[in-house]
Order: sequence, then structure tokens, then C-alpha cells
Amino acid sequence: MPRLVPSLLASLLVVLALAASAAAQSRVDEFTEKLDIGISTDEIAITSDFRGADLTIFGAIDGFAPDLLAQGKYNIVVSLEGPKESATVRKKRRVFGIWVNTQSMTFELVPESYSLSSTRDIDAIAPANEMNNMGIGVAHMTLSPIGYIGDGSSVTEFRSAFRRLRETSGVYQRDPGGVQFISASLFKASVRLPADVPNGVHVVRAYLFRDGVFVAAKALPLRVIKTGLEAAITEAAHKHPFFYGLFAVLLAVITGWAASVAFRRD
Amino acid sequence: MTIYLPIAELSVNVLIILGMGAAVGFLSGMFGVGGGFLITPLLIFYNIPPVVAVATGANQVVASSISGAITHFRRGTIDIKLGTVLLLGGLAGATLGIWIFAALRRIGQLDLVISLAYVLLLGSVGSLMLAESISALRRAKRNETMPLRRPGHHGWIHRLPLKVRFKKSKIYLSIIPVAGLGFCIGILTSVMGVGGGFIMVPAMIYLLRIPTNVVVGTSLFQIIFVSAYTVIVQATANYTVDIVLAFVLMIAGVIGAQYGVRVGQKLRGEQLRALLALLVLAVGIRLAVELVLPPADIYSVISSGSGF
Repeated sequence: MPRLVPSLLASLLVVLALAASAAAQSRVDEFTEKLDIGISTDEIAITSDFRGADLTIFGAIDGFAPDLLAQGKYNIVVSLEGPKESATVRKKRRVFGIWVNTQSMTFELVPESYSLSSTRDIDAIAPANEMNNMGIGVAHMTLSPIGYIGDGSSVTEFRSAFRRLRETSGVYQRDPGGVQFISASLFKASVRLPADVPNGVHVVRAYLFRDGVFVAAKALPLRVIKTGLEAAITEAAHKHPFFYGLFAVLLAVITGWAASVAFRRD
Repeated sequence: MTIYLPIAELSVNVLIILGMGAAVGFLSGMFGVGGGFLITPLLIFYNIPPVVAVATGANQVVASSISGAITHFRRGTIDIKLGTVLLLGGLAGATLGIWIFAALRRIGQLDLVISLAYVLLLGSVGSLMLAESISALRRAKRNETMPLRRPGHHGWIHRLPLKVRFKKSKIYLSIIPVAGLGFCIGILTSVMGVGGGFIMVPAMIYLLRIPTNVVVGTSLFQIIFVSAYTVIVQATANYTVDIVLAFVLMIAGVIGAQYGVRVGQKLRGEQLRALLALLVLAVGIRLAVELVLPPADIYSVISSGSGF
């Protein structure tokens, strides 16, 4: 048995290497197009009066085929993905006359915010299974449940509830038409940062499609940081929670004491 | 005029929060209660996440109880020894309560339990108070003198061991029921964000037969420390104390309370109690309706990052 392991490993490595070279081969052979994008800043500071912001991303396609470009065969999708966290969807049911959370499902590492912009409706850009594989768009993003899910029959229901809730609350949005060509190969995309944007590293991703086939992708990080008093308070509450609590109590004691002094009537 | 609450993570109208604080402060001054049982449900009605409402409510209770306690301390109507026994029970109860709070939050039933606990507590206390004050009002109308209420005979309470003499209250009592009462109120403080005065005062008078003159001061003494402890533990364990929200509430609250005290002095005791009972019942009914009516959306989503 121990002698089997090295030979198994070796053959596995060979298979992997072959697969990798094959993938690289096909990519190089098929496409000459390259995609480049740029944003004016890699950091956004959120102040207390932040009401959301539009972010403009510029990009260019290199090595394109002019005839295909003229026919509008190139399509671009740009997304702005927030930091990823696990999210739990809960469902209420009536139990003895009152509404109680009875079922729940947790999805692993989904973006806290998601804004999508494209040259046209993404379902018209590429077939749905291609979008599913790449996880582009709210309807196609990967939602894998973790933990016990029973017979799995309710996964679809919870997935669509998750998508609907995130879209109605405005943290997931899409703009089919948000990407415009400003010259033959130069494009401009606008994505929206929602008002209750989460702190952390967001990722701008751009995807190039040629005639319904994915060609190239590019990603850039965008740091979102909260500033001002609110940020300081949030930080204090999470980094020095004991002293934060102590300070909250002290504030209450001073307020109560000051009131009893100010309104003393004897 | 909006203000961003950093912990609740939402923008609110500061005038509404000020109004809520002032109104609850006014009522707490008028009726001599801490107001935690009103502020927490009001915050929940205003879409503040219940986890934040409970922890922040406890912080507001500290501020509103302090000035009352100072007055009682000056008059010498606090039994420190009795208060300390209550307090020890209270701290243990609050610790258990925080643990219950975190466990309920993990399994997603916290909001429901908070609402249910409020409906039960406000419903029962409100009905008892209303019944008591209506019969008092009837007697007053017929010009009968108020019969001196004989406290119920609770022999078993007075047969318990570990008896201690409380000099200021002039009673000789086992510390078990005292610490037990503190323990129960402590759980309520950390799970519901109430000070618990409106339960503790009647319990001290009717169950423990503690003289009325030290009851209010001593219960305030215990409420301050248990609420303060709850605030610190909630902040440390759950990060749910919103200091901006708490500060706006307590400023408006302490000012409102001063005017409430003046109005309260003009009303008769049984009228006050009837009004308070109606208020308590109204808040309870409002919460009950929320539980029974079909929700706007049966699904809800929370992410592990934000916590609520």
C-alpha cells in the first residue's frame, strides 16, 4: 500500500500538468484580444454624509478584430464586488398564531454588495451556463449552501429569496447599458457603490466577450474605508470593546449627574 | 436632519430620536420608572435592530436612574446592604442573560424572544396595574378610605435559611429570596434592556415586605449597577451598544424627566398608576399585533459580517 502512493501521486501530477498545458494552449491559440482597465483611485473614503457614489472605470480592448468590432460582436461586463461574507437567509412560518423563523440556509462567502454594468443585458451577451460558470450577474452568482440542507429541495427557493432581498435593499444592482464605447476600442463603465457600502476590499472585474464567448478578464482592487467620527466609534467598539462599554456607562453617569445638578431645586 | 448611527449602521432622523427620548423621559419622571421598558420597544418600532435596541436601552436606563438615585442617596433612603445582596444576584442573572442573548442570536430566535418576553411582561404587569388602580379609583370616588393592604402571608419566604439583619430596612430576612429576585431582574435587564424597577418595586413591597420608604432608592441602586454591567458586557461580547443613539436618547431623556416629575406631582397616585397601566398595555398590544400579523416578507437575510 505505501508503495502505491508515490506512483499514484506521480501519475496525478502528469495528468494535472497535461490539463494545464492544454488549457493554456487553447487560450493562446484562440484569442488575440487583451483587456485593460483603470480606475482613478484605488481607495474611497466614506464620510458620514455618504449617500452612495458612482464609480467610472475606463478600459481598452487590444488586439481586436476590426470587422468584429464594427459588427458590435464585442461585449463588456464590469462588476464591482464587495467583500465576501457568509449570509444566512431565514424563513418565517406561522406557529400557534405567531410568525417564527423556522427554516434557514447559510450561503458561503457571497459579496456584501454587487454592482453590475454591461454593454447590453447579460443574458444577451452569453449563454446562461457560461455566466453560471463564471458567476457573472446576480442571477448567476455562485450560492453554495453550507451545513445541513435536508434533501436540498428548498435550495432554489432560498437562493431566489436571497437574490430578491439583496436586490430590493439596493446592495445588489445592475445596469444593462452602463458600459459605453467612447471610441472604437475604448470604453467607459459606471458602477454604483450603494449608500450602506461595507468596509473592506472591493474588487472591480471586467470581462470581455466575443460573439458570446468569454475571451479575457481583468481585476483591480478598490479599498473602501470609512472615515470621521462614525468610523472612529465603530473602530473603538470593535477594537477596545471593554473601554468602549466603560465609556458609554461613564457618559450615562455624567449625563444623569449633570441633570440632577442642573435641575436641583433645594 | 439625519444622523448616522455607527453601530446600528443606519441613518435616522435625530428629531424623532430626541422626541422619543424626551417623551419616555417625561413619562419616566412622571411615573418614577426607569423607562427601559418603553425605550427598547420604541426603538424596535423605529427599525433599530433589536440587538442594538436592548443594549442601548440599558445604557439609557443608567442615565435615567442616576439622578433619582442621587436624590435618594442624599435623603438616606437607600439600604446599601440590601442593595448589595440584590446586586450580587443581579450580576449573576445578567451574566446568564447575556449568555442566553448570544445563544438566541446564534439560532436566529432573538428578535422573537425579545418581542414575546415584552408581550408577556407588559401584558401581565399592565393588566395587574390597571385592575388595581381602577379599584382604587372606584374607592376614591365613593369616598372610602383606602384599606391598609395587608401584605400576603408568605411564611415560606421567612422560613428560609441564611437570615441576615438589614438595619436600615429594619428587617430580618434570608438573603436567598433577595438575591433570587435580583437574579431574575438581572436576566430581564440583559435580555430585554429594561431596568426592571416596575417589577422589582412591587416584588420588594409585597413579597419581601421591605418598608416602602427604602424600596425605590434601593431598587434604583441595584438597577444602576446591573444596567452598567450589562452595557459593558454587551459592548464587550456583542458589540451592540450604539453610543451615538444612547447619548441622544439620554440627553433628551433627562430633560424630559424633569418636566415629567412636575406634572406627576399634580396628579393623584391612583390616576398616575391607571395611566401608566394603559401605556404599558398599549406597548404590549402593539408588539403582540406585530407578532400575529403576516410580515411584509417572510424571508430575511443577515450576513455574518454585520451581525444582525
